[in-house]
Formats: sequence, structure tokens, C-alpha cells
Amino acid sequence: MSSASSFALLPNATGIPWAEVPEWPLAELVRETAAGLERGARLCAWFGVPEGAATRLVAVIAFDADNTLAAARSLPAGGAYPALTPEHPQAHMFEREVWEQFGLVPQGHPWLKPVRACAGAAPAQGEFFRVEGGEVHEVAVGPVHAGIIEPGHFRFQCSGEEVLHLEIALGYQHRGIERGLVGGPHRATMSQMEAVSGDATIGHATAYASVIEALAGAEAPLRAQWLRLVALELERLANHTGDLGALANDVAFLPAASACGRIRGDFLNLTALICGNRFGRGLARPGGCRHDLEPERLSRLAERLDGALADVEQACEWLWDAASVRARFEGTGTLSPGQASELGLVGPAARACGLVRDVRYDHPAGWHRLAQAPVAVWPSGDVFARARVRWLEIQRSGQLLREQMASAPEGDIMGNPGVPAADRLAVALVEGWRGEVCHAALTDAAGRLRRYKIVDPSFHNWTGLALAMRGQAVSDFPVCNKSFNLSYCGFDL
Amino acid sequence: MFVLDTIRHRLRRGCETMAYPKGPPPALPDRHGGALRVDGAKCTVGCSECLSVCPTQAIAHPAGRGVALDLGRCLFCAACVEACPNGAITQTGDHRMAARRREDLVLGDPGSGTMRLAAALDERLRRLLGRSLRLRVVSAGGCGAAEADLNVLGTVGWDLGRFGIQFVASPRHADGLVITGPVSRSMELALRKTWIAMPEPKIVIAVGTCAISGGPFAGNPEVRNGAESIVPVDLFIPGWPPHPLTLLDGLLRLLGRAGSGPLQPEAEVART
Repeated sequence: MSSASSFALLPNATGIPWAEVPEWPLAELVRETAAGLERGARLCAWFGVPEGAATRLVAVIAFDADNTLAAARSLPAGGAYPALTPEHPQAHMFEREVWEQFGLVPQGHPWLKPVRACAGAAPAQGEFFRVEGGEVHEVAVGPVHAGIIEPGHFRFQCSGEEVLHLEIALGYQHRGIERGLVGGPHRATMSQMEAVSGDATIGHATAYASVIEALAGAEAPLRAQWLRLVALELERLANHTGDLGALANDVAFLPAASACGRIRGDFLNLTALICGNRFGRGLARPGGCRHDLEPERLSRLAERLDGALADVEQACEWLWDAASVRARFEGTGTLSPGQASELGLVGPAARACGLVRDVRYDHPAGWHRLAQAPVAVWPSGDVFARARVRWLEIQRSGQLLREQMASAPEGDIMGNPGVPAADRLAVALVEGWRGEVCHAALTDAAGRLRRYKIVDPSFHNWTGLALAMRGQAVSDFPVCNKSFNLSYCGFDL
Repeated sequence: MFVLDTIRHRLRRGCETMAYPKGPPPALPDRHGGALRVDGAKCTVGCSECLSVCPTQAIAHPAGRGVALDLGRCLFCAACVEACPNGAITQTGDHRMAARRREDLVLGDPGSGTMRLAAALDERLRRLLGRSLRLRVVSAGGCGAAEADLNVLGTVGWDLGRFGIQFVASPRHADGLVITGPVSRSMELALRKTWIAMPEPKIVIAVGTCAISGGPFAGNPEVRNGAESIVPVDLFIPGWPPHPLTLLDGLLRLLGRAGSGPLQPEAEVART
């Protein structure tokens, strides 16, 4: 076992008593975390827990090859500490966030600015890295964008058409989700979890339900776990199809764009067939699921799924056959495997750089322990690779769904969710369609939530987009942006 | 070969745009439930079963009266429908929910157990708009779901363009502002500026429960509990998010073009 022996090990979607999480002085936590990362771990979460006037830092890292998560915490600390970021850039956003929320200063952090707070001013009014020079100009875009999408601010440093540097300022979507969870769960909590990122409702709702179940030592009935898998894969199919259509649209290849736009709706309607809501709201709950797939409904779902999969296959055939599409996708917005790994990218964006990294495979929980699809990987790291990985995942999720629908487990869909135990830390990872959704919860002495941390895959991946734009034409931003298709609200929380 | 293949497949698919509103609307998913209906007379005195299960406190039960359910706060989870021992709250399966006045979304009192649907814009404004309505969408703390289903209206199945309705990139080009999300404080300024940048006369449409009341985020100090706190709203379209059919109905209703088509027989999807 190559894991850091000093970290407390916990499998995905389980909890451990807070007292059993090893605690060290903050500088030592940084050293131990760095040692873990050097041995190949990934940083899943790095967050503060207020304790009196001081703050404890909690590190959750994942040893993918060993299929285990590991957690450790610092002693209550304040002031400054030696930053993790200079050695391990994947920590850079986390350290900025902790600094913003708790004032702990990571010394040596190369670019310490808030990740979302704006202290009364808009995020776009913060400080930006500037490239100086007579031919250099700056392009500012947002927060309101041209299309129907969420708000965020992009600041490009350009020389002619070429982007030298892109800085992304978010925070416009901040709704206070984590802060509001303290003392919870509250009555609206489940609904808030379903709206952390609207297109990843099932991913976040499943992560939340799993974490609450882990705190209580409960487990959803097998049939409910199976239902969550079905809904999660449908969510993946809908979003990947929509993304391929949007990518086609951005390179003016309209047959695939319009076909995928419609087929995406067909997949959303399959989710609505299960629970009434196209985004899967009202399905996953702590303890199980609220709606069942009776045999008749299941056979209707399977039949319509076959139709939609055949349609998307046809649409993608056009896409991959078109030389004009390949010419625009290939070599655009390229990231190397090294960059992806250093930044700690997750999901299709990481797999498109050749990294074999998928929670469903590395840290299976729920029904994924019993049913898996091969991890879809493509090596080239460009827009083409990100599109290609999506297409592979559409095929494999479709196949997985076909298999699973033919062998549904029987039984209840709702069990006893139990009561969260006191002073316990639980972590759940779910491979949402964008990548790793991480929820970590800590309860207080009364079993209420003391701290709740959400890490949307976008939190890891926004920097990947910024880096992919270097050396690109500014006019390639739309297609690069779409190839990542990250969540603003999932980042802003 | 490729071009010929593409054309052949395209021809085989035929016209994919739905017949609605000339023909019947597509069916809502059977578990969607549509708009709710409230029959306050069925409430028993002192009962609070529905109040305690509602995630957003959308239901009130004033003493001596039946319950009042605010569709502007409703997440359509149907927990109240399941909880009510008397069948006072039921699903109608009706996709039509858009209203012009905020108070029209509150169901319950005698005579207002169902939706009071939106009236069209006044004649003068409709003449001014002619056959075109240009909308600028601003997501202000929206989670992406209402935004996604607004985008769906542009796909071939819905083809919003056939009604002369178009989403535009600049507020300068817009007749109306569509707002999604609970209006995060960080977006307040940008939203206000977008509204100011639009030429008069301008209409405002709040899409989704979050934009109407803040939805599940109502009360968080980080949000402004919906669009009405920032700009005057002319049309409220409830839903979490609103189904594309509900959105389309709302937009057409505003233009006075929703009335003629046949409605789906309610009995087909009604359930308790």
C-alpha cells in the first residue's frame, strides 16, 4: 500500500469519527499532504473548519490506484503557513479559497486573490495579471454574456489575435450555499443541493444523499442505488450530447448541432419519465429515491433510450466524418498530460489528456460497485479529445444503461436514512458528467452540520480552460470554453 | 457521399417542429404534475400536514381559512400533494402557469383555487412589437436549469423563431429582459445595468421559481429573493425550472397568441 500511513483512510461514501482524523500542526499537514500528492494522490478537498477564533484545515486526498480516500486535519491555527501551491499547483484555488474565507495566509502562493468574494465590488473590479507591451491589449468579457448562459468575467491579455493569458473572475453566482448549511440540514437543503449546478442535479443530489447516509451509518436500498446510477448516466448522456451539439454549432456545423440539440431533450425527457423533472429533481433523497421504475415504465424507458442512442449515433457520425470539424477541433486548446495532472483536472477534461481518472472506476460507491463501464480516454488534450471522450462516454454509458435496465434489482426504493451521528466526518465522491463531485460533511456534538464542503468539478477545471487558451486566437475561446463547459454556479456555490 | 448522406438522413427525418400551438401541445411527463389546484374548503381546521413538508414555505394556513399555496415559491416536488389527508391540493397536469401579477400565483381562496393566467400585453405595445419580440436573458444566480430550458426553445422541436421571438446578445437590441435565478447580490449591479441599457418600452419576464421568489435560496443574505426586488416584472413563469411548454405558453400568452390551440384533455394526465 503506497498510501500515506499517517492519513486516516476511508473508502468513498463512508465516514469516520472526527476524533480519529489525525491532527498535526498546520505546517506538518502541508508537508504530509505534499508527500501524499508526490506519491500520486490527488487533492479532492482542502477546507477550513472554524474553531473559536482559529481555523482547522482539513485535507482530503484520493489514492486512485489504491481505491481509497485519505483525510487529515491541522490543529487550530491562524496567521500564515507555508503554501502547498508552489510545489503542487492543484492546491492553488483551494488555498485562495481558505484565505478568502478564514484569512489563513498561504505564504509563497503566487497569485493570492479571492476566488469569489468581492467585498461589495464586482469580481471584475479585482486585480488582474497584466501583460505589458506596446502591442498588447486587453479584452474584457462579462459578467453578462451574449448567449443564454451563466455570468462570469473573462479577462484576456492579447497580442493581436493571440491570447497570451486569460484570467477568469467568478463569484457572480454566489448564493451562500455552504454557509447556509451550517446547523443543517434545513428544510430547503435537499432542494439547494439539487440546484448547486442545475445540469448536474443527480450528481450533487447523490453525493449529498450519500454523505448524509454515511454520517448516519445507513445505506440506501440496492434498488435505489441502481436508480441513482440510471439517472446519473442519463444525466451524462443528455449533457454530453448537448455539448457535442454546442461544439458543432461553434464550428458552424449545423446538421449535428441541431440534431444534438433535439436529442439532448430526448434524454432529459427520459429523466422526466422517471421523476417528472427533466433535470432529475425530486428523485434522490437521503435513504433512497422517491420514484420507482415499474416494469412498464422501465420498458418504455429502455425503448426510448434505444431510439435516442441511435439518433445520437447518426448525428455524431456526421460530426466525425466532417473534415471541417476535425480541422477546427484538432490542435485547438491543447493541454498536456503533465499540465492536466499538475492542475488536478478531473472528468472528461482530464481523460481527454490521457489521464485514466474516473470516480466510478477508482472509487466505486453505490451501484457502481457492481456495474462499471470502461474508462474513456483520449490522449491529445485538445478540443477534439474532449469531444471524442464525450462521444466514447455516450456509447459506454448507453451500453451500461442497456445492461443495467435488463437486470434491475428488486426491492424497496426508500430505506431508513437514519440520523447523522455526532462529531463525524464523511466524504462522498460521485463521477458527475463534468467529473468528480466531492461533498464532505462534518457534524457537531448534536449531529447537526458543522461544516459542509462542496467541490464541483469546475473548481478544479476552470484553470485548465485558462491554460488551454494560451497561444490560441481569442476567436477560439467559444469552442474551447464549450469543450470544457464548466459550471459557474457550481464554482460560486 | 457525405453531403448526399446528410441530405438523405435529413429528408428521412422530415419536419421535427411540433404542431403546437396550432395542434395539441405535447404531453407533459406524467409525473410532472403540472400546475397545482387548491381547494381550501377541504382543509380541516388546525391541519398543517402540507406546511411541514414544503421545502420553501410556499404554503400558509391562515386561521379560519383554507390553505394558500404560492406557485411563485413552489418547487413542484408534490410533497404537499402526498401529505394532504383531504385531497385539498391536487395536480392538474396543466402546463399553463404564467401570470401577469404576482398575487395571481397564490392559490387557495374561493374562486382562486387554480391559476389566473396571464393576459396579453396591451394593444398599443403589441402593435409596437409587431411580429417580433427580442429578448435578452440574464442569469442572476441561476443554476443553469432554467437557462437550459430557455435554450431548448431554440432547438428544432420548439423553433421559437417561428413566432418572431428571438434571444439577442445585446440589451440595446432587446424589447424584453428575461431573468433567471434568485438574483445573487453579486449580479445585482449587472442586472440593473442591463435593464437600464434597454430602450423603452421594455418588458421583464421572471422565469422560474428562483427568479420569482428566490426559490430554495430565499432568505439567504447572499441573494435578493428574485427579480422583483430589482426591476418591475411583467410576467411570472413558475416552475423549477419551468417546462419548455410552460415557457412557450407564457411567451405566447404575453403576445396574445396562446389562446386558439386545443388543449390537452386534462383527464389524461390528471392524478391526485
